[in-house]
Amino acid sequence: MTALLPYLRSRRFVVGLVVTLAVALLAVTGPSFAPHGQNDIVGRPFTTDGAFGTDYLGQDVLSRVLAGGRSILLVSLLATILGMVLGVLIGVVAAYAGGWIDEALMRLNDVVLAFPQILLALLVLTAISEPAWWVIVLLVGFSHAPRVARVARGVALGIVPRDFVTAAEALGESRARVLLAEVLPNMTAPLLAEAGLRLTYSIGMVAGIGFLGFATNPGAADWGQMINENRLALLVQPWAVVLPVLVIGVFTIGTNLLADGVAQVAGKGGQ
Amino acid sequence: MPATAAEGAPSDDQHGPDRPGSHGAGTGARVTDLRVALTGSGIDVVDDIDLVLEPGEIVGLVGESGSGKTTVGTALLAYSRAGARITQGAVDIDGHDLLRLDLGAVRAMRGRRVAYVPQDPGAALNPAIRIGRQMVELLELAKEGSAADRLARARAGLAEVGLPGDEEFLARYPHQLSGGQVQRVALAMAFLPRPKVLVLDEPTTGLDVTTQNLVLRTVKDLCAAHDVAALYVTHDLAVVANLADRVAVMYAGRIAEIGPREEIFARPAHPYTRALLDAIPHLSSARALAGIPGSTPGPGRRPQGCRFHDRCAYATDECARVDPPPETVGPAHVVRCLHHAELPPWSIDTGDIADTAPSAQRDVVLRVEHLDVFYGRTQVVFDVNVDLARAEVLAFVGESGSGKTTTARAIGGLSRQWTGRVELGGHELARGARGRSAADRKRIQYIFQNPYLSLNPRLTIEQIVTRPMELFGIAKGKAATDRAVELLDAVALGPTVLTYRTNRLSGGERQRVAIARALAAEPDVLVCDEITSALDVSVQGSIVALLDRLKRERGISMLFVTHNLALVRSIADRVQVLQRGRVVEQGFVVEVMENPQEDYTKTLLANTPTLR
Repeated sequence: MTALLPYLRSRRFVVGLVVTLAVALLAVTGPSFAPHGQNDIVGRPFTTDGAFGTDYLGQDVLSRVLAGGRSILLVSLLATILGMVLGVLIGVVAAYAGGWIDEALMRLNDVVLAFPQILLALLVLTAISEPAWWVIVLLVGFSHAPRVARVARGVALGIVPRDFVTAAEALGESRARVLLAEVLPNMTAPLLAEAGLRLTYSIGMVAGIGFLGFATNPGAADWGQMINENRLALLVQPWAVVLPVLVIGVFTIGTNLLADGVAQVAGKGGQ
Repeated sequence: MPATAAEGAPSDDQHGPDRPGSHGAGTGARVTDLRVALTGSGIDVVDDIDLVLEPGEIVGLVGESGSGKTTVGTALLAYSRAGARITQGAVDIDGHDLLRLDLGAVRAMRGRRVAYVPQDPGAALNPAIRIGRQMVELLELAKEGSAADRLARARAGLAEVGLPGDEEFLARYPHQLSGGQVQRVALAMAFLPRPKVLVLDEPTTGLDVTTQNLVLRTVKDLCAAHDVAALYVTHDLAVVANLADRVAVMYAGRIAEIGPREEIFARPAHPYTRALLDAIPHLSSARALAGIPGSTPGPGRRPQGCRFHDRCAYATDECARVDPPPETVGPAHVVRCLHHAELPPWSIDTGDIADTAPSAQRDVVLRVEHLDVFYGRTQVVFDVNVDLARAEVLAFVGESGSGKTTTARAIGGLSRQWTGRVELGGHELARGARGRSAADRKRIQYIFQNPYLSLNPRLTIEQIVTRPMELFGIAKGKAATDRAVELLDAVALGPTVLTYRTNRLSGGERQRVAIARALAAEPDVLVCDEITSALDVSVQGSIVALLDRLKRERGISMLFVTHNLALVRSIADRVQVLQRGRVVEQGFVVEVMENPQEDYTKTLLANTPTLR
């Protein structure tokens, strides 16, 4: 518990944490107190009835925003975890192995890095007629991996040459144990910061995929997809676009502050 | 003055109260009633410091880490590191109290009236500017002389420290110089504006003994030639013994004892000074080194009364209550100890023991034949042969780059780029640790130089010490913990540290944990790689005493890598002197030290700073 104290003293971290948790809570519990169902037609399209008006099909905007966060947050979170696990694994193994293994892994990494993240995802999505939600998790996660790998390798390079790692090797510890018990625990702070950043990007990407029309369930509410659906009437009924944009914006600011706070505390030697 | 911190509350006024008689010190420097405190809490870092530096005199300021010696040194330039501030006192140089001048005037004094030579001159010289340019720039800043004049003075300055002042040298960048040359350039730059006062902060740390000796001689000559008053800050009493006119010993933010060099080394009056001297190895004789129990208390953790009382062998109840006032015990010899008059007589020979006798019967455990080690395609160690008997200590000695650590790492299985034959208990070992059997790995344990790097900061001491037992199937669970407690006890650490992580331990304590980890594997051979060079002398003394006990009680053999020949005399049975990757001389310690055959060994011996 005492390990958390320096984090709680960082204003950045606390504000980020509160904002992130608030938006997440809204997304999870939103449907239960939404005034209408997400697919209920409550009036004519693009009216200003209700708190934030109706959308292109006459559905209640507030209800759809409250319902449309759950999938996007879940998909982003899972994608981030997948990207972190994969990336850290690649980066740490490359740094620890060194030599030609390091070269090969990182050069392959560079090749993948050369493609814009969203392009890779779209490439696969256009090939699949009806992508399941986990396909998006995989795509976003995989596209994060090389970026995470670069960071993880950089951090690990600073730890691998330390004497305690050499000492573990001289004792004859297995390579896996050296990585998991000696190297990884000393990387937590910078990796947490990276995870926060990746979560921010994930949300942007998942929302972007929704906007481009590859939402997992075309009928269901989805923040990204809502922006696309309603953008034609931006001047007539701005709330239908602005509200999902706002929640996405606020949430990414929250995760970003969180990541910043972690990095700041770690920089001060909080670890 | 009482030792409490109550008075030193920081105020916006950087300067101390007006003190009568603080002006007119003439040349040299006079520090009066100096106090430096931490900015937030007002806790004293150093307090009640009075110090006079006469022109042409070198005063050695000696103390262990945390004693406040560097704080006093930089206070002479009216500078305190971030987080601390000078709250009281006067620093008189050349008729001015530096602490009462405004920043512009202080800046004008720094460099020109009082100069500073840092510990790491490589970091003080700008790597992107040529040496000559940096030296000339210094004089331009002081607005002295014409351009041609400045260049001539830069050349003369380099000549004074024994460096060539030619175009080629002036055009070099700092990275094109050796460590000793960089330090001498820094010295030349410090002397260039003809300062009255010079502060040298451990300027020879990290230099080889030969280079160190050269730098020390240069310092001495220049201070005498230019009538400069110098404060030489160091942790090494042996260095000061050959250099300083007077010596001040600092402990926990106070000057515990100050006096002429001969007095301090012949008749030390403070128990702390005596304990320090007892911890220092001599070249001329083996010693049973003793450490000082406990560790130096940092600011805010210093005890009431005499600050040394809780570690002092002569302390009484009175010492815990009464803050000892400075008392004069001899000509210019002042000590802060209530019982200085009652202390038993002391001699520098205390603790001398007979050198280990060459024994006829040697039960050889480790044999190394024709060891060649490579870095990539470059060969760095050539044809080293070793035989190490049971309960024997073999020292590898040499300057940096001599290949002593490289050899030790090859034997320990930490590097694989070597050829030759390493035999342990009669059978040959594979090159890398991974290629060796668990039984082989268990029998050779390696202890690293820097205990701040060799212990995983995320693990508890219990996890660190019990791991080798689990790995080699010696013990596990409760039994392993019990054994860990025994081992920690053997290295003089209590069972409370089991749950600690390393960040709660001092350097000496960390090194003890590292030794306990090595012992946990129940090894036959310990490879000790400069294991005391990152530690204070008092800690070094206790670690050496510990190793000696382990050798006698457990029959452990050791390969002891060190650059310190004096230490070799006290700990090792046999020695191999390495130069540029080759063993140039070897034999029993007493024979090599008393009767060295090779010029290289003679040079090393002649340049090693020692008390005797």
